[in-house]
Amino acid sequence: MIYATNGAGDCKNAVSIKNLTVKYRETPAIAGVSLDVLEGDYLGIIGPNGGGKTTLLKAILGLVMPSCGEISVYGKKPGKSEKLIGYVPQISTLDKAFPITVRQVVQTGMLKPSFTLFHQYTQKDKEKADEYLNRVGIYKLKDRMISQLSGGEFQRMLIARALAVEPKLLLLDEPTASVDASSAEQIFSLLSELNQSMTIIMVTHDLLAVSSQVKTLACMNSRLVYHGGTQLNEEIAKALYGYPIDFLKHGAMHSV
Amino acid sequence: MLLSLFQYQFVQNAVIASVFASIVCGIIGVIIVEKRLIMMSGGIAHTSYGGVGLGYLFGFEPIIGALFISVLAALGIGYVKRRGGTRSDVVIGLFWSFGMALGILFIAMMPGYPPDLTSYLFGSILSVTRGDLYFMAIFTLIVVLVITILFNYWEAYMFDEEFASIIGIKTAFMEYLLFVLIAISVVVLIRVVGIILILALFTAPTAIAGLLAKNLKLRMILSIIIGSLFCFAGLWISYVLNVASGAAIVILLTIAYLLVYIAISFRFRNEIN
Repeated sequence: MIYATNGAGDCKNAVSIKNLTVKYRETPAIAGVSLDVLEGDYLGIIGPNGGGKTTLLKAILGLVMPSCGEISVYGKKPGKSEKLIGYVPQISTLDKAFPITVRQVVQTGMLKPSFTLFHQYTQKDKEKADEYLNRVGIYKLKDRMISQLSGGEFQRMLIARALAVEPKLLLLDEPTASVDASSAEQIFSLLSELNQSMTIIMVTHDLLAVSSQVKTLACMNSRLVYHGGTQLNEEIAKALYGYPIDFLKHGAMHSV
Repeated sequence: MLLSLFQYQFVQNAVIASVFASIVCGIIGVIIVEKRLIMMSGGIAHTSYGGVGLGYLFGFEPIIGALFISVLAALGIGYVKRRGGTRSDVVIGLFWSFGMALGILFIAMMPGYPPDLTSYLFGSILSVTRGDLYFMAIFTLIVVLVITILFNYWEAYMFDEEFASIIGIKTAFMEYLLFVLIAISVVVLIRVVGIILILALFTAPTAIAGLLAKNLKLRMILSIIIGSLFCFAGLWISYVLNVASGAAIVILLTIAYLLVYIAISFRFRNEIN
């Protein structure tokens, strides 16, 4: 994979980040990151905890304000790009006991920004929701309460909800963090399939995914340590984590 | 004997007031329990005491003062929470005490003998007047309408506020709206259980319904029914034993919650074994 540079040939940038710094009070979570993500790319972002990965996603989504620097998503400012991005949050941020069915969750992705009084989901909305559930492979579970789902099923439901937005760009925050190995594999093959029609940015701890699934890789430790192809070497890892790590061990980074 | 009670106007009023209180509690209670805004609601409720004092000092209806101050407190707490600078529980704690302190100050500044404020603090459902009922009816209607008109948006907001805001739904507006609804609910509830005991009516029926109902709408409806039943029972006890209605209702609700909780955890344990 070629290093993604600005305006290369026919390729368009899905996301373009210039010299981004995000501070929480005085502590910078991200310091001077410039990064272009080409349309059709499948970018994996890795790095230690507290390395600013999630903050970067939130900045792209417009949930945190940059202290300086610029971000554009398909030429629009973050926060003005509502129907362009489908977001898949970490499972742990959600309440699994919330009384709602799988299909209802997917339908919330279809809500329009302006309020419609007495809004009801139409028959067409329901059919569309079923279609997305079918696409992620959990159509059978459409009427289940979300409390009855396994980690992998829950994650796929969140992907279906993100698809319901009909986005051009999919952002995922650790989609395999609370999922067993075989579900993780299914999720990755689903993402590869989705990548044929949309750009994907994924924050992950899963080194296996990094080496086998994504097209390009970004390594963050508040700065952008590396951006390019998926062949990591020990030097980069050392810059990232402060010591060499074993690339073959699945999930080794959890101990960092 | 129970039926003959209904001949009295004040008993009829009390029953109607209980229903209104249970409706706002059922609806708003489900939302604040799910969004973990219980302490904030407590803060708004207690701040309204300042408004009661203000009403007595300047000689207008204390409930109007309570509404005014609790809406202000709701907006203030909401603003601080959104800014995120100061930790919001610090601000809630301060508002909580500050409102009550203001109430005491205003009452002390009043000329003549101080009025008896226990009915505002602990509720006095048997002294609810026709006029109070009209007030409560209007506020209950506002709460029911605002929630039903935007129900699907509330559901999305409650399940995942962040996602809702990303797809462009105005979640900041919804949050302020919710805080104002909490303030309005507090005013409906003051006459029934009083400022100090409001939290039990917000949380217990909802929590019991939460253990039983699996759908958001059903959960709201069930907590309205549970709330009403316990208000009626509490009302009867308060009439028979001549204790404050709020205390009777709250004690019943708490015991009921504990019993349901124990029953459910027993069943859960049996399922595991």
